[in-house]
Amino acid sequence: MSDSHSVDFKSYVRRCLYVFIAVVCATSLMIGVSFAPLGGWTIKVAIILAIACANAFVVAGFLMHLISEKKMIYAVLGFTVFFFTGLMGLTIWATHDMPAGSTH
Amino acid sequence: MEIPYTVQSRPDTGVYNAKIGIWLFLASEVMLFGGLFSAYVLLRVGAAPGEWPHGWLNPVLGTVNTLILALSAITTLLAWVACKVGQFGKFRVFHACTLALALTFLCIKMYEYHDKLIHYEIQLTDGRIADGHMIENNPKDEEIKIRAEQIAKMENYGPHHNTFTAIYFTLTGLHALHILGGSLVIGYLWWRTAKKCGRRNRNDSPTASKSPACSGISWTWSGYFCSAVLYLT
Repeated sequence: MSDSHSVDFKSYVRRCLYVFIAVVCATSLMIGVSFAPLGGWTIKVAIILAIACANAFVVAGFLMHLISEKKMIYAVLGFTVFFFTGLMGLTIWATHDMPAGSTH
Repeated sequence: MEIPYTVQSRPDTGVYNAKIGIWLFLASEVMLFGGLFSAYVLLRVGAAPGEWPHGWLNPVLGTVNTLILALSAITTLLAWVACKVGQFGKFRVFHACTLALALTFLCIKMYEYHDKLIHYEIQLTDGRIADGHMIENNPKDEEIKIRAEQIAKMENYGPHHNTFTAIYFTLTGLHALHILGGSLVIGYLWWRTAKKCGRRNRNDSPTASKSPACSGISWTWSGYFCSAVLYLT
């Protein structure tokens, strides 16, 4: 949470209210998509993850004050994103690496 | 000896020690949960079509828990703002709300676990399978009685039941431990402020708001983000 700017309690309450409404809308949308007849499992997961990313941006940006953080924090997060992408990407890449002759 | 940059920001990085510490901690948390989620993805994608147990979890409870944690992230933020402007009474009220919400979350989680642990799959000696909750005197559901000699195998839906319950209990259990740990930290901050409340004044707020700032960042991450991702699956 940023410490560099002055604090107005009422504006924070208003900001929190907007963020909470956004979270409720995003959660409702994700649940709606998970039950909607949209075809395959892959499409649903892609849409849900896209909504979750937008939701995460709002929460991290406004509740954790990430939009007004210092470069040092962005650098730490940049490395985290790099390693997390590698972790998930390599896992998914290796999903179908099955030894010859083996089955599920 | 005084440790430098516990309150004032370092001139080169612009952040104080605790803040960089908490972000490094969260980076390690991302990798911890990332390892478990990559295991989940591997299990989910590797499951034969139609065999992944979809719909075993209650989406209503999941939604309520997600909203509870979102609300607790907001009360934590408001507690920090109250501390920053020197309104320590409001700080205690908002942190008490956070603790109450965390307790509610844990109670719902315990209810979910209990529901899984009293849910049994019983393989009978004639090859049939009986599946249901072991509840005595429940008028709402159909009751069946099975003799002990008819049972070939009996197992509840605990972590050992299959790979889905294993990863479910591991992920949600670790998440619940984070909530418990975070509650202890917030409880300590609440208690410390309550103890010193009469002696604090507005000039204390820059120093006093550092701990709630860091615990708030960590709580928002551990509480809200993990929950949102968990219930997606």
